[in-house]
Amino acid sequence: MKQSKTTELLVGMFVAAGLAALFVLAMQVSNLSTLSQGNSYQLKARFDNIGGLKVRSPVTAGGVRVGRVAGIEYDDQRYQAVVTLLVEDKYDHFPDDTSASIFTAGLLGEQYISLDPGGSEEYLQDGSEIEITQSALVLEKLVSKFLFSKTSEGK
Amino acid sequence: MPQAPTDKQSDALVRIRGLYFTRGERVIFDGVDMDIPRGSVTAIMGPSGTGKTTLLQLIGGQLVPDRGSVQVDGQEVQDLSRSQLYELRKRMGMLFQSGALLTDLDVFDNVAFPLREHTDLPESMIRDLVLMKLQAVGLRGARDLQPSELSGGMARRVALARAIALDPMMIMYDEPFTGQDPISKGALLKLIRLLNDALGLTSIIVSHDVEETEEISDYIYVISGGRVVGHGTPETLANTDSEWVRQFMRGLPDGPVPFHYPAPDYRDDLLQA
Amino acid sequence: MIAWIRRLGRTGIDFFEKLGRGSLFLAATLVGLPEVLRRPRLLVAQMLSVGVLSLLLIAISGLFVGMVLGLQGYNTLVDFDAEESLGVVVALSIVRELGPVVTALLFAGRAGSALTAEIGLMKATEQLSGMEMMAVDPVHRVIAPRFLAGFLSMPLLAAVFGAVGIYGGYFVGVGLLGVDEGSYWAQMQAKVDLYEDVMNGVIKSLVFGFVVTWIAVFEGYDTVPTSEGVSRATTRTVVHSAFAVLALDFVLTALMFGKD
Repeated sequence: MKQSKTTELLVGMFVAAGLAALFVLAMQVSNLSTLSQGNSYQLKARFDNIGGLKVRSPVTAGGVRVGRVAGIEYDDQRYQAVVTLLVEDKYDHFPDDTSASIFTAGLLGEQYISLDPGGSEEYLQDGSEIEITQSALVLEKLVSKFLFSKTSEGK
Repeated sequence: MPQAPTDKQSDALVRIRGLYFTRGERVIFDGVDMDIPRGSVTAIMGPSGTGKTTLLQLIGGQLVPDRGSVQVDGQEVQDLSRSQLYELRKRMGMLFQSGALLTDLDVFDNVAFPLREHTDLPESMIRDLVLMKLQAVGLRGARDLQPSELSGGMARRVALARAIALDPMMIMYDEPFTGQDPISKGALLKLIRLLNDALGLTSIIVSHDVEETEEISDYIYVISGGRVVGHGTPETLANTDSEWVRQFMRGLPDGPVPFHYPAPDYRDDLLQA
Repeated sequence: MIAWIRRLGRTGIDFFEKLGRGSLFLAATLVGLPEVLRRPRLLVAQMLSVGVLSLLLIAISGLFVGMVLGLQGYNTLVDFDAEESLGVVVALSIVRELGPVVTALLFAGRAGSALTAEIGLMKATEQLSGMEMMAVDPVHRVIAPRFLAGFLSMPLLAAVFGAVGIYGGYFVGVGLLGVDEGSYWAQMQAKVDLYEDVMNGVIKSLVFGFVVTWIAVFEGYDTVPTSEGVSRATTRTVVHSAFAVLALDFVLTALMFGKD
C-alpha cells in the first residue's frame, strides 16, 4: 500500500503533540515537580483534634513546603488522631523535639501542618514520632471560649 | 456447451437443491433446483425483486438457506466453517452492481487489494500482476485514477480486474448491464465472454436485461415467485411454451403478469365517490 | 394505555437487542486488533483522519474554553480577593472535567460522525460486502483500525485540549487581567495532583474514546444501507455519543472523586 510520507509525518506530529501536552499536564500543571515520591521519610504525630486536615495537605517548616500528609487514622485507645507525614529526604535535620502544629492558611483556606524545630542534638528518623503537637483551632471552640471568658470577666 | 441440468451432474460447479429461503415474512425461494455447469456462462434471469442477488449471496455464503443445499465445487457452502468459507471465497470473484470499489484506494491499489491481503508476493510482482489484469480489461492507463473519477462502466471493469486478481474458478456478475451506455455494455459483453473462455472460468450472470443476456449466455434460468419457471438455452427459451417466460423474454406489457395491479372493478371504484 | 406500555416494552427490547448486537460487534472488533498491530500502516492512515484532522478544532476549542474560564474565574474570585487561585480553578476544571468531556463531545461531532458516515457509505456502496466476497473480513480490515485509532487519539486530543486551555486561562488571567504569574502556576501545582486529577482525567478520556468510537463504528456498520439510513446513523452517533459521554462522566466522577 502506498502511504505518503506526509501522512506518516502528520500522524507522528500529532502523537508527539499529544504526548507533549500530557507531559505539560504532568510537569507544569500538577504537583509532580513539587512532590518527589519515594525519596521521603515518614514521621508520625498525634493530635487531639486535626480540624479540617486532609490527606495530601502540605507540611511546611518556616513556611516552606517540606512534605505532605500521607495518612490520617484515629487511635481509639488514646482517643487521638494519628497523622502520618511524609517529609522529603533532603530535609532530614529536624531535631527530635520539633513540634507540629495545625494551622489554617488564611481565614477560609485549607489546613496544613507546620513544623517548628527545637534545639535538641538528636534528629528525627524515619518512623519517629513527634512528641509535641498543637491541635487545630476549631472556630466554634474559639468563639465559645471567648464568650465564656467574657461572661466570667463580667461577673 | 449448453446442457440440461439433469444430465452430466458431475460437471456442475454449483449445484442447488430444494433451496428454501425467507426474509422476514417473505418467501424468497421456495424450492429452487439449479445446476451451473463448469466452464459455461449461465444466466439467472427474472423480474426485479425476485431475489436474484440473494441467490448470489447464498452461493457466496453470505446468507444461509433455511432449507435445502447449495454446493460449490462439491462443498456444502452452508456447512463450511468460517475459515473454509474464506478459502472458498478466494476462488470466487464477484462483481457487484455498483462495482464496490474501495473509495479510499486508487484503481491500482483496488486491483492489488486481494493480492496484498491474501498473498505475500513482493511489490514488483504485485505490480506486474495488477498491470496484467488491468490490461485485460483495457484500463492499464487508468491505474492512478480514483474510483470517483471513473464512469460506471469503467468502475465495473476495474472491479472485474479485481475479481480476477486471484485467478478464481468462477465469477458472479450482479446486474452487470444495468445503467450502462451501449458502448460500455458492448465492452462488458466482450469481456465476460473473453475472460470466461480464456481463463477457463465459470460465469454466473444475474440480470433482467434480456437482450444482452441472451446474447452472451450458454444457458438461462428464469426465476419468478421463488421458483424456476423456465430454463434452457437462449434458443429454446425463445420458443418456449410457457406464457410467463414468453412475456418476460419479449418484454410484453400484459400477460400472466398483469399490467394492472390487483384492484376492485374500475367502474365501481369510480362510482363510489 | 396498554398500547403505550407495549410500546415501552418494544423500545426496551429494541434497546437490549441493539446493545447485544453492539457487544458482539465489539467483541469481533477486539479480536481483530492484533491483526491491526501487525499492520501498523492501516492504523497510521486512520490516525490521520481521526486524530490529526480533529486536532485543530480541539486545540482552538481548548484555547477558548480556557480563556472563558480565566475570565469567569477571575470575575468570581476577585470578589473574595482570591484571584491568585485562578490557576487552580482553571486547571482543575479543565483537567478533571472540561478537557475529557468537551473533547469527547467535539470528537463525536467531528471524528465520530465522519467514521459513521464513511463506514455507512462503504456499506451502502457494497464495499463491505465486496470485501467479504474477497475473503477479507471487513470488521478486521475496516473497523478494527478505525476503532483503535479513535481509542488512541482521544486521550491525546484531550491532553492537547487541556494544555492549550490552561495556557488560554494563563493568557487571559496573567496577560490581560494582571494575576501574578508565579501564583498562577504555583497555586496550580500545589493543588493539582498528578494521580488524583491528571491521571483520572486521562482515564476518563480513554473511556470516552472507547465508547464514542465504539458507537461511531457500530452505527456505521449497522446502517440501513441507503443515503437516508447513513444520515440517520450519523445523527444517532452524535446524539448517542453525547448522551453516553455525559452519563458516563457522572458515573466516573462519582467513582473517582466521590469519596472525599
